[in-house]
Amino acid sequence: MTSAAPTTRARALRPRSAIPGFGLTLGFTLLYLSLIVLIPLAGVFLKSASLGWEGIWHVVSSPRVVAALKLSFGAALIGAGINAVFGTLVAWVFVRYQFPGKRFFDAAIDLPFALPTAVAGIALTALYAPNGWIGQYLEPLGIKVAYSPLGVIVACTFISLPFVVRTVQPVLEEAEKELEEAAASLGANRWQTITRVILPTVLPALITGFTLAFARAVGEYGSIIFIAGNLPMVSEIAPLLIIIKLEEFDYAGATAVAAAMLVLSFLLLLVINGLQIWTRSRRNRK
Amino acid sequence: MNIQIRGIHKAFASFPALDGVNLDIESGELIALLGPSGSGKTTLLRTIAGLEFPDAGEISFGGENIASRPVRERGVGFVFQHYALFKHMTVADNIAFGLNVRKGSARPSKEAIQQRVHELLDLVQLSGLDKRYPSQLSGGQRQRVALARALAIDPKVLLLDEPFGALDAKVRKDLRRWLRELHDKTGYTTIFVTHDQEEALELADRVVVMNRGRIEQVGNNQQVYEQPATPFVFDFLGSVNILPGEVKDRQLRFDGSDDVWDSESKESGLVDIYVRPHDLQIVDAAAPGLDATVTLVQRAGALIRISAALATSGERIELELSHLDTLARSRQPGDAIRVAPITFGLFPRAPHRRPTTLPDVVPNAPAENRERARN
Repeated sequence: MTSAAPTTRARALRPRSAIPGFGLTLGFTLLYLSLIVLIPLAGVFLKSASLGWEGIWHVVSSPRVVAALKLSFGAALIGAGINAVFGTLVAWVFVRYQFPGKRFFDAAIDLPFALPTAVAGIALTALYAPNGWIGQYLEPLGIKVAYSPLGVIVACTFISLPFVVRTVQPVLEEAEKELEEAAASLGANRWQTITRVILPTVLPALITGFTLAFARAVGEYGSIIFIAGNLPMVSEIAPLLIIIKLEEFDYAGATAVAAAMLVLSFLLLLVINGLQIWTRSRRNRK
Repeated sequence: MNIQIRGIHKAFASFPALDGVNLDIESGELIALLGPSGSGKTTLLRTIAGLEFPDAGEISFGGENIASRPVRERGVGFVFQHYALFKHMTVADNIAFGLNVRKGSARPSKEAIQQRVHELLDLVQLSGLDKRYPSQLSGGQRQRVALARALAIDPKVLLLDEPFGALDAKVRKDLRRWLRELHDKTGYTTIFVTHDQEEALELADRVVVMNRGRIEQVGNNQQVYEQPATPFVFDFLGSVNILPGEVKDRQLRFDGSDDVWDSESKESGLVDIYVRPHDLQIVDAAAPGLDATVTLVQRAGALIRISAALATSGERIELELSHLDTLARSRQPGDAIRVAPITFGLFPRAPHRRPTTLPDVVPNAPAENRERARN
């Protein structure tokens, strides 16, 4: 037998992947992504392009827009940061301990997902307004939550909590209790166990949760506009500014602000994803 | 470090996991805790480690009662069934962990730690893999890293929870022999948990057989295998035929047979006769024995396994014979044979003759599932 026969046979029976329908599903995925994500986003850029580079820059660099963008991104980052710390704590408690009412609290975590954002906004405003349940005690201390940037941060924290808890929780569940026991048996104290064993284990999931929380908070509109008070230059968020411009029939201006938000979000997410890949690669190097 | 365990009780909810356990372990011994799932062997190991705390009882290391001391102050090396390596650390960092977390003057210098890591890597035969991550290692290598990590703190006692449970058969055999050599070289007092009787008998100086939270027997491998103290130990360490009989005037008679065998038992009465399959032989028709009919013949290498039904009761018995045995060689199903015991164990007749082992709720389940089943 020559070696030619097997080669030609191999060519005739082209090896097919065991996973079926690659061509079809890839085509569908591309079409779907284009239809749902890319084309609308491209529309934003096209519309704003009608202003020209200078026009866009003029809109985006105006003090009111800059202040709104700063507030939107700043509050979203702070809110996501707060949740990265306390959401992780909540997830850890849910995974490691049994306590009465645990199921109730566990379910309550998801409420910010399900609640119409306007309802959340009204509830938060009622709480933190100067005459509200919590606000009346904060007001004499000189802390103004409602109708201030602080209120924006509170709303961002509220709506983005589930993202951190729900991404970190399964990873903690999977991380065996044995890891903590192993660390303790080797002489590590609680603090060393947390900082050297638990946190590094959940870090990739934590970054994912932070990203999702940030993305959700930066685009949030409904709950914030109730509590923020929407004072231009102080507590006015970028999505609201877009709505205002739309109501003034300044479509190109609105899309210019939107495009600025898109680019900024994209850059931030790119950085966070880079961080993510870096932490993942450290443990999965082959 | 010698270990004394006195009157340990431990219950999970209402289930008594340990029910009055007493045990003395000599310095430098290699001890196996052997038993089925739910027998309390893992709980006992974790109690010695300080990962569980007993409801009552004392544990002392070298004469010092440490029952209330937490795990991080006990100086025990614990090796988990599923390794529990820190995945985000290299092999070297894993091994150095116990030294790196030490505070102040107790912590060796960087160079000393590095040197210790390399000594341990040599010891567990993983030199050169120090920069790898656990995900890049095979199961056997991971378990050896876990062992090196436990040895790094120079533990008073080394505790291993089903150390080979997650490995395949070939690796398991190699590691077993290797662990024995390592123990002989280092001399750490070592306790390991296993449900595999072969592993316990092959590896340990002494075997502690556990059942239902109690110790059934402690002895070297010959004692527990050849002189089982209880029906449970007889049944758990290898297979066994259990036949009804009666002792009268130091003579044993099988039910349905007129032949008698000498018995050391002084007490007369109804008994269960425990005979291992390889302690049965086929004898001539004229010799004392029990008549049976062959139902199944299996040949496995040098072994011939014969199943037979007793002529009197129809009860099934198992024989394991050498392929050199001329009387066994040519047997076919349907043949009539005469069977006689070489040695046997006698226990007073139990109501249900089969010794009751706990039902395996989650047989050989990973530790976390067992944990759940227990809670």
